[in-house]
Amino acid sequence: MYVAVKGGETAISNAHRLMADRRRGDRNVPALSVEQIVNQLSLGVDRVMAEGSLYDPELAAMAVRQARGDLIEAIFLLRAYRTTLPRFSNALPIDTNRMHIERRVSATFKDIPGGQLLGPTFDYTHRLIDPSMAGDEAVADPVKRERPTDESCPRVTDLLDGQGLIEADVPSNDDPGDLTREAIAYPVGRDIRLQALTRGDEGFLLALGYSTQRGYGRTHPFVGEIRIGMVDVEVDVPELGFAVCIGAIRVTECQMVSQFKGSTDTPPRFTRGYGLVFGQSERKAMAMSLVDRALRSDEFNEQRLAPAQDEEFVLEHCDNVQATGFVEHLKLPHYVDFQAELELLRTLRREAEIASADTPMSEAAE
Amino acid sequence: MKKPSLPAYNFAYLDEQTKRMIRRAILKAIAIPGYQVPFASREMPMPYGWGTGGVQVTASILGPDDVLKVIDQGADDTTNAVSIRDFFAKVADVATTTRTTDATIIQTRHRIPETPLTQGQIIVYQVPIPEPLRFLEPRETETRVMHALEEYGLVHVKLYEDIAQHGHIATTYAYPVKVEGRYVMDPSPIPKFDNPKMHRSPALQLFGAGREKRIYALPPFTNVISLDFEDHPFKVQRFESRCALCDAQDVYMDEVITDDRGGRMFVCSDTDHCETRRSEGYQGAGLPQHGAAKADWEAAQ
Amino acid sequence: MNSDPILSVRKLEKRYGNFIGCTDISFDVWPGEVVAIVGESGSGKTTLLNCISTRMERSSGEIRYRMRDRRYPDLAELSEAELRFLMRTDWGFVHQNPADGLRMQVSAGANVGERLMAIGDRNYGEIRRRASDWLERVEIAATRIDDMPVSFSGGMRQRLQIARNLVTHPRLIFMDEPTGGLDVSVQARVLDLLRMLVSDLSLSVIIVTHDLAVARLLSQRMIVMKSGRIVEQGLTDRVMDDPSHPYTQLLVASILEN
Repeated sequence: MYVAVKGGETAISNAHRLMADRRRGDRNVPALSVEQIVNQLSLGVDRVMAEGSLYDPELAAMAVRQARGDLIEAIFLLRAYRTTLPRFSNALPIDTNRMHIERRVSATFKDIPGGQLLGPTFDYTHRLIDPSMAGDEAVADPVKRERPTDESCPRVTDLLDGQGLIEADVPSNDDPGDLTREAIAYPVGRDIRLQALTRGDEGFLLALGYSTQRGYGRTHPFVGEIRIGMVDVEVDVPELGFAVCIGAIRVTECQMVSQFKGSTDTPPRFTRGYGLVFGQSERKAMAMSLVDRALRSDEFNEQRLAPAQDEEFVLEHCDNVQATGFVEHLKLPHYVDFQAELELLRTLRREAEIASADTPMSEAAE
Repeated sequence: MKKPSLPAYNFAYLDEQTKRMIRRAILKAIAIPGYQVPFASREMPMPYGWGTGGVQVTASILGPDDVLKVIDQGADDTTNAVSIRDFFAKVADVATTTRTTDATIIQTRHRIPETPLTQGQIIVYQVPIPEPLRFLEPRETETRVMHALEEYGLVHVKLYEDIAQHGHIATTYAYPVKVEGRYVMDPSPIPKFDNPKMHRSPALQLFGAGREKRIYALPPFTNVISLDFEDHPFKVQRFESRCALCDAQDVYMDEVITDDRGGRMFVCSDTDHCETRRSEGYQGAGLPQHGAAKADWEAAQ
Repeated sequence: MNSDPILSVRKLEKRYGNFIGCTDISFDVWPGEVVAIVGESGSGKTTLLNCISTRMERSSGEIRYRMRDRRYPDLAELSEAELRFLMRTDWGFVHQNPADGLRMQVSAGANVGERLMAIGDRNYGEIRRRASDWLERVEIAATRIDDMPVSFSGGMRQRLQIARNLVTHPRLIFMDEPTGGLDVSVQARVLDLLRMLVSDLSLSVIIVTHDLAVARLLSQRMIVMKSGRIVEQGLTDRVMDDPSHPYTQLLVASILEN
């Protein structure tokens, strides 16, 4: 006798128990500490903070551990926590001009005021698996430079702007929108677009940025400047009448100098694509700046033909938490809908059989 | 290194401002039946596509005295239904039930209970794609205009094409409806079998789409008409078999494969309906209804 | 012929920044009349057609249309809903490339039936009957009714596009080089069909073409454009036989040479 399947609750709790066991793995191996993850898997932690839109290395590291190293799952954990947090205030815009620079490169000028600084980069390493990674060999201290107290590192785009060679960076006092608190209505402003991109999936943006380089919405980009380092976060305190620094965060900024444009009113000048992400992630910041510029095609009367130029397409699909949820929901039961399709298919086949039985051979042969 | 501060959560998970925002969207949705109201969907601790819209709607309307029922595919015991029910039991400490008649709020994925809903009950549908025109026109900017101007010809083009190609309207679930003669609405992926239950239902019907950030509603006693042609009228599926457990007919059935020799049987998709009938003394044949297993069983008798 | 024009254009101008798309355009179209707008590419004729059919926003000027209820509003006064309703009932637009005017993923029958369904027809059998009537009128076998347009030749697709436009008995049709994408051998058949339908249904037509032979065959009146302006307009036979503007003389001479 058939009995409807029961025991969902037990199945779930047993599954979770097994998952916790696998997560911990061999009990004879010491458990990972949050400090180890923050220190030694810091780029993974950075990605989780960037796409989770929450700057908190310890929580991100906990999420990475809880997710067994699945970064999209970790991002999801961080997002679901972030959404419950109260908003006290909006920070002032961070000033990357005053960044404590750890890395700074420009592809457009050989030398720039303040100089180029390679910083902690994989660039120019040979990608050979290092045998020392199997153990815990001593690592030498880094070489440190003296930071000149009066050092000025103006952004390359500001230098171009000073000469009117690039579209002006127009400051705005408008409150930026918040796509986590408002539903998106297309077309959106650049504030919402940049928010969506900075939270967007690194792999998706990388592929889109890459597609613009291969001709699907070309923008003729040059890396004006990439800078990575710590910036202060300041909040206006109305009671005090001045801004108070509440901490510092590491960010990566990429300013792409792109295809110049002119019109009857304005002489030709370069246009901008902008990328900014939490933590150290040059790949993401660069991809973001390419896609940002591609999405500005309407502003420059460029024909929108490529996927990277299609705002609805890019913004609706760049969020990996949304994407993974919807793709993976296909494994939930769908048997009610499947049953409906099955019944219809059987009806159609029955009718087809009757029809073919009724058809004289001469007609069938036609 | 400092110890991370551990989070604490509000009644029914969402903070009160968020609940108010969602309730405003719900009120607007009730005021314009069938119209998709954009709302600032929050990130929920379950994945998008797994009921985040329904969960947010339920969380926003849930009070301490509510009795909650959660079903998926008609059943209270499917894993996702269990998981969502446990979530609310944990974060809101509300009473839960599997009895349709006892529930004040029913959250559902893919079905409407067989037991008719009554005045005062609220049914919350989980919606994956709220836009009924989405697969005819992918652009939100264009579908918004089509709704605003009541340009719904394209929906009938799809139905026409079904009949031309298959001889039938081949849409079997998520079958589009027209609400109060105005908005074309996606009823969520319920089988079209359930569509007539929406028409003039005394219960309040709320639809939440989390990933797509839309809420829509059918106030009690709203006219909900499934789209069709005069000469190809809307018809619901009919099952020839009776439920093998409770002998019910004219209900939606799950097909259960009993062996690898074509043995199949049909049982109620709505587990509460089935259990209730059995407790009232109804009993089905309890045997395979198709295939070799049926012959074996009959031979053994 | 009715004594009121169905459409009148006054001082119409379209600018793209400082560039002039078309300017100082004034003319009338009368019920049942075919007006050809001719000129070389870049003369502004397609810009003009797009402005009149409200597919493009004009910069200034007036476009009035005689509604079925005899009102005669400027098209700019109509709401988007009214305009869209006009476009799917009272007007037609035949694109040069049939793929721009057809739904390539649905059957020929659905393509023709779409406008009927858009205005509320809800009888499948009736929609199908009218679709198959129209397929035959444009010389497509009714047996092809359930085939996809992708399986049709270029000439058939163009005839399908025409049927799709005419099914609601529109009063005004815009055509943009309707035979431009077709082989010469196929062009003649489509032109013949157009000429017959236009006279059977007493349609008003504004047709843009660079081909004076097409204009001569279909139109009663002709507007010659150059650099965004009208250089000459008049009865087609008169303009062709006795062109007054030097540019028109050049155009006419160039086809006579062929």
